[in-house]
Amino acid sequence: MKELKLMKGNEALAEAAIRAGCDAYFGYPITPQSEVLEYLSREAENRTGMVILQAESEVASINMVYGAAGTGKKVMTSSSSPGVSLMQEGISYIACAELPCLLVNVNRGGPGLGTIQPSQGDYFQTVKGGGHGDYKLIVLAPSTVQEMADFVDEGFELAFKYRNPVMILSDGALGQMMEKVELQAQKERVTMPGLDAWATIGKPVNRDHNVITSLHIQPDKMEEINIHLQKKYRTIEENEIRVEMINCDDAEYIITAYGLVARICTKAAELARDKGIKVGVIRPITLFPFPINEIAEAAGKVKGILDVEMNAGQMVEDVRLSVNGKVPVEFYGRMGGIVPTPEEILEAFEEKLLGGAK
Amino acid sequence: MNEKTMLDDDHYENVIREESVCTSENLVYERPETLLDTPLHYCPGCGHGVVHRIIAEVVDELGIQEETIGVAPVGCAVFAYNYLNIDMSEAAHGRASAVATGIKRVLPEKYVFSYQGDGDLAAIGTGETIHTCNRGENLLIIFINNGIYGMTGGQMAPTTLPGMKSTTSPFGRDVKSMGAPLKITDLVAQLPGTYYVTRQSVHKPANVRKTKKAILKGFQFQKENKGTCFVEVVSNCPSNWKMTPLESNKFLEDQMLPFYPLGDLKNPERKEK
Repeated sequence: MKELKLMKGNEALAEAAIRAGCDAYFGYPITPQSEVLEYLSREAENRTGMVILQAESEVASINMVYGAAGTGKKVMTSSSSPGVSLMQEGISYIACAELPCLLVNVNRGGPGLGTIQPSQGDYFQTVKGGGHGDYKLIVLAPSTVQEMADFVDEGFELAFKYRNPVMILSDGALGQMMEKVELQAQKERVTMPGLDAWATIGKPVNRDHNVITSLHIQPDKMEEINIHLQKKYRTIEENEIRVEMINCDDAEYIITAYGLVARICTKAAELARDKGIKVGVIRPITLFPFPINEIAEAAGKVKGILDVEMNAGQMVEDVRLSVNGKVPVEFYGRMGGIVPTPEEILEAFEEKLLGGAK
Repeated sequence: MNEKTMLDDDHYENVIREESVCTSENLVYERPETLLDTPLHYCPGCGHGVVHRIIAEVVDELGIQEETIGVAPVGCAVFAYNYLNIDMSEAAHGRASAVATGIKRVLPEKYVFSYQGDGDLAAIGTGETIHTCNRGENLLIIFINNGIYGMTGGQMAPTTLPGMKSTTSPFGRDVKSMGAPLKITDLVAQLPGTYYVTRQSVHKPANVRKTKKAILKGFQFQKENKGTCFVEVVSNCPSNWKMTPLESNKFLEDQMLPFYPLGDLKNPERKEK
């Protein structure tokens, strides 16, 4: 039975975790995402018996996730930018050991302690690695409170399908703002199939012991592991791209943006159409895998592209790689916790792609 | 190629079997089921192998091989999972008790232990150690203290004795600038979450037996859901102490044990008596 509620993004995500049959959450308070831990502490244990533990640090919580994910349970953590920085070592281990789990970053403005206001400054950290070594997270970027909720279950599905950590990359505004959200029915907490092949659940007499590790001292073995991981990432690229194309069919120009900014850009594109300029919006929903072909194809039909982000220009590098010089790709960004308005985006678009206001 | 290597692989085993006085009737010592038949990588005289064997014996005796999950550290014992025939997880440096917490919280019916060295547990992982013990996580922490970083080649550890030489305290540990050795076992014994805290050694057979008893208790208390059990094993490092195994055991007895005295720091069974 589906249920309609008015909820904060962080609370919708926490509620969705309970309903997705999540087994455990380990986390540490940090603004602007503390509601996740608070909501779960209040709601989860009584309803499903889900384990909720406030750790002593983000370093501890990501390693608790590593341990618990190694048992094949549905495990998650959430944090915001500085806290996610602390988790990077653990995330690298989790990626190498191929442990399914769900991570959430409610991105705030940096660098440093920065601000508690929304930002997209962690795109590089999330999509390009963050921790050491060659690894990839599957990255889902919600743009609504509804997607904050929906991507929890979808994230767990992907995590277990590929035995890979999945990151929901949100931001401080999505975490804090309230919208209506349709919640899915409660799923049972279940034991996932096939755990005897890899998980640390206790060794029956008739099977070899399972070891979860990211240590392979012999270089040929370590290269083998890397080749295996890269092969998996290619499969993910082939099968899991999600992208929203908004009014792109007749577009003469494209704005690319993800998350909350894509909604603001959609409004900016409407304002442009009111002035007779045909602008479409491409919103990558998965940041890895990135919709390279979709953007490349669209680039062949338009005169120029504006990429808009709440950072100094991060996803724009991937957009430019996708476009590969076919048309100009300009960038407009605000930093430090400032959210751009549709009007200023339109102005930037006109200035950068039309040579001034039309 | 000489004649020996050309012999059948089973040759020596056959000779041993034929000529040995060992028969199934008089066998008193053999490899525990939980110890894999893999040659240990530890240096001659090192205590790690002895503690590994003790864990394997205890797991066998309690019949809990199927229900036990171990967590290996970063340090010399990083390959503990190559020797112990149980499901095991490797942890990042210092995080073994957090990893063990994650496992135990979602599988509360299983036996969970971490196996950590002094650098892992008492330097980079101090925060995790203190908070795991303070929450009283129902698991066993086995702490090997040899006062040195073994795997990285003999650097100063948090537990290196005052005046003791290492590659990063080449003139001896100067407590004024390098800090005094951290008696972390004394520290965790003060926390309400720990139930049983003891310091043992494996440098003599009598001590090996005591350490085995301590680890056995640690698992038994875990079954009774008593909280964190913490077993320190004061051990040696002949290679990085630059001593023979015998010299290292003498150093352990003469220098380490006066600073890290053996015995229970917290034993509820004693109190109850």
